[in-house]
Parts: sequence; C-alpha cells; structure tokens
Amino acid sequence: MTGIKDATAIVGIGQTSFAKHLPEDERTLACRAVLAALDDAGIAPGEVDALASYTMEETDEVELAKAVGFGDLTFFSKIGFGGGGSCATVAHLAAAIAAGQATVGVAWRSRKRGSGPRPWTNTAVQLPTPAQWTRPFGLLRPADEIAMLARRYLHEYGATRDHLFNVALACRNRANQNPAAVMYERPLTREMYMSSRWISEPLCLYDNCLETDGALACVVVSAERARDCRRAPVYVHSAAQGLPAQHHGMVNYWNDDPLTGPAWAAARHLWKHADFTPDDVDVAQIYDAFTPLVPLSLEGYGFCGRGEGGAFTEGGALETGGRLPLNTGGGGLSEAYVHGFNLINEGVKQLRGTSTAQVPGAATCLVTAGEGVPTSALLLRN
Amino acid sequence: MLTPVTDADGAPFWRYAARGELRVQACADCGEPRFPPRPCCPHCRSFTSEWRPTSGRGRIWSYVVPHPPLLPDYAAQAPYNVILVELADAPRIRMVGNLVSEPGAPLGSFPPDQVRIGARVQVVFDGDGLPQWILERP
Repeated sequence: MTGIKDATAIVGIGQTSFAKHLPEDERTLACRAVLAALDDAGIAPGEVDALASYTMEETDEVELAKAVGFGDLTFFSKIGFGGGGSCATVAHLAAAIAAGQATVGVAWRSRKRGSGPRPWTNTAVQLPTPAQWTRPFGLLRPADEIAMLARRYLHEYGATRDHLFNVALACRNRANQNPAAVMYERPLTREMYMSSRWISEPLCLYDNCLETDGALACVVVSAERARDCRRAPVYVHSAAQGLPAQHHGMVNYWNDDPLTGPAWAAARHLWKHADFTPDDVDVAQIYDAFTPLVPLSLEGYGFCGRGEGGAFTEGGALETGGRLPLNTGGGGLSEAYVHGFNLINEGVKQLRGTSTAQVPGAATCLVTAGEGVPTSALLLRN
Repeated sequence: MLTPVTDADGAPFWRYAARGELRVQACADCGEPRFPPRPCCPHCRSFTSEWRPTSGRGRIWSYVVPHPPLLPDYAAQAPYNVILVELADAPRIRMVGNLVSEPGAPLGSFPPDQVRIGARVQVVFDGDGLPQWILERP
C-alpha cells in the first residue's frame, strides 16, 4: 500500500499582487489567481473537475466554477479551522485524484484581510474557539490566544524574545529579496523589533503577520498526467492533517500538554509515510501567523527536541545557507498573510528552482498550515 | 463588555457562578473532571455528569497583556492582564480570567507588570457573577 506517496503533483501556481488594499473584490481576485495557476500548468479551465478550499473563504465553489468556466465537478472539499486547512486543500485533492475520484484539482485562497474587517471584531459570530470561556475576560484576538502559549513557552524553556526576533528577521530578510512581498525593501532591525509597540505581551508588532489583500491558487494532477504538463512536476510526497486528542482550538489550554499542539499529530503521520526524515528537508515553509508558532512547529515536526525550538533559531539557522532556510518568500510575517497559501506556492517555486531566495539544489520542502488550530502539512519533492 | 454567550453544556457553570460558586463538570460514573463542559465523558463515555464544587484556588499558568486595537470596552481598560489559572483541585483545568485588586474591580486594576507565573490565586465574583481572581496572599 503506497497511499498517496508521489502519486500526484502540483503543476501550476498562480497569484495576484499582494497589498494592504487591492481595488478588486475577493471573488475577482480568486478568479485571477485560479486562471493564472491553470495557465501556468497549461491546462484549460474546462478540464477542472475537483476543488478544495478552506473555511473563512468567501468565494464558494459554485461561484468560482461558474465564473471561471470549469467542467463538471466530481469532488469538492472545504476544510475546517481557517489557516489550519491550507495544506489540507492539496492533501484532499491528492487523495481524490490518487483514488480516481477526479483528474484535475484546483485549490485556492482569496482574502481581503488588509482592507476588510478583522474577523475577531465580529462578536455576533461564535468564532472557532470556546468563546464563553475566553472573550468576556478580554482574551479577544488570535494574537492574545497564542501569546498565552508563547508566555508559558518562554517561561518553561528559557526561550527569549531574541528567538522570536530571529524568526521575524529571517522572514523579513527573504521578503527583501522578493519584489512581490508587501515588505520588500523594508529591512527590519533588532532595535526596531525590541522598541516596537506591544500587541499582546509578550508579542509585539513584528511578531504578528501582515494584514493583506490577495489571492493564490495551485493545480494538482496525477503524476502520470504531470509528465505532460508545461512545468516540472512538484510531487506531493506525504501529507497529513492533525487534530490531537482533547484539542480545543486556538485556546488549547485544557489538555494535558498545551505546548505539544496539532503539529505533533500531523508530523507523526507525515513522517511515517515519507521516504526521508527532517534531516533531509532542504527548505521549510512554516506557518507564521505569529512568530512563536515557528519554534513550536520546529519541535512538533521533529527538527529539534522538545523545548529546543527557540535555541534552534540561533546562529542564522533559519537564514539562507543556514540549517533550515525558512519561509523563503517572506512568509505570512513579511510577504503576505493569505492564510498560509503563499507558503504552498513558495514551496513549489523552491522545488522548481525559481524562488527569489533560491536554496541551491533544493529537492525537498516541508510546508505547514496554521499551528494552534487543527492543522495540516505537506512534504513536497521534485 | 462581552457577556458569556452560554450553550446548554456550559449554562450550569454560569448558574453556579451567579451564586458565587466555582464548580466544574465531572463524570458521574468515573469521576473525571472535564472542561469545557460537554455531553459525554471522554474517558468512560458516560452521559451522566455532576457539577463538583472546587476550592476556588489555583496558580497562574500563564498570562498576557493585551494592548489596542481591541473592542472599545476593552481598549478603554488596556493594558490589562488576562491570566490562565490552573485549578488546585483539577490541574488539567485551566481557566481564563483576570487578576484584579478586589472583587468587582475592573480588568486593569491589578498592575500587569506584577503578574507572575506560579502565583497562587483565589476566585472571587463580580456583581454580574463573572469569576475573577485575586492573589491568595495580597
């Protein structure tokens, strides 16, 4: 039983520009990104028969299929938990195509978080957290919920704000090589970081992702079909979702061990079905809505031991030429925060050899989705 | 201020809180406490539960200090502390709350820079039955 290993490949990627404000609406941006990805793959829209998206996506399958002119769809999937679903879109398409339920799949994300309302201000909606136990006490935003874990993490393991800065800096340095990044040509210094305003102590401005308008998409087909496509295939080598026992959403405070989050659950399946190990990963795209998610994920995905995620960031480990080059397009912290989809497309660029911060000879890439919420991850290879 | 939007499972917690009692749901068969409240015991799958009184004591497991942008009522009190209390009687239950100077005091009444992980705290209730926390030995 080989499962989905290398049975499918990403053969097209597309994106709009990224900005604090784009004039077009989310549906238009979604259509543009999807058409760009199909054009990149050299596949006609009428051939698409599978779609995958994740929750908090405003452009639904019906609207997208009508607007772009897809064929009959035989598979469509919407994954829960917001940014935790990004990698699962590709995973669901890969599973469907490997199982013969569809032939050409498109995953996408379109958001206007830069110019649109912030989700946490909508108090009429029960956000995917147990709101009655948190919000009356002023724990209102995702930043507050993750800062609670971050404070404990710093306390328990002696990790420091300098470690969080290392994460922010690596992302910003890569964004400064990426003309499409929102933070292109805007260098970050330690002094800027340490003197910036607080959002939720211990997290400051630069520990938080960007508010961005933009859309991205990618195209998944069988490995066999991929050989005839315009671009070199990027194979979906392993994929997993992760919802650990007794998990509670972004306020994962009621299980035995809140500092081992969904990454740990996803990682166990991911590596079990892979032909290589964390030591063999050439470049990583790790979900960075907030800087502390990176050390937590480094531990969860097995790049270092428990409590060692902060120290792992030292000595330029996350920079180009370091032990694990990270978020080479700039990530959610400095390229664009489009709920993590830009990390998927950046992984594809690395394995095609076309990244603006190319890791020489990159052959394997880990991509992860939102940590702290039920998550997903991909191992890609060329 | 946001008031708790309760669900059927959580409503008893808030009814006890309105009477000044901090109680947690526990399985009536195997006795395991659970939080947040839910219909079924994840240990023994029993659907019968009880609401067990607690001592109302705990320790601070972690805390944050939110700054604006926040919802207006909260921004007006910021920066304030939000603490996570590990209950002395049920260490796996960690409740979100606020460390205040005295019962009924506003969110920002205890200086955020004096909050410490590990500090012992005691539950109190404000006039609306919302649990708050004060230092056990001020």
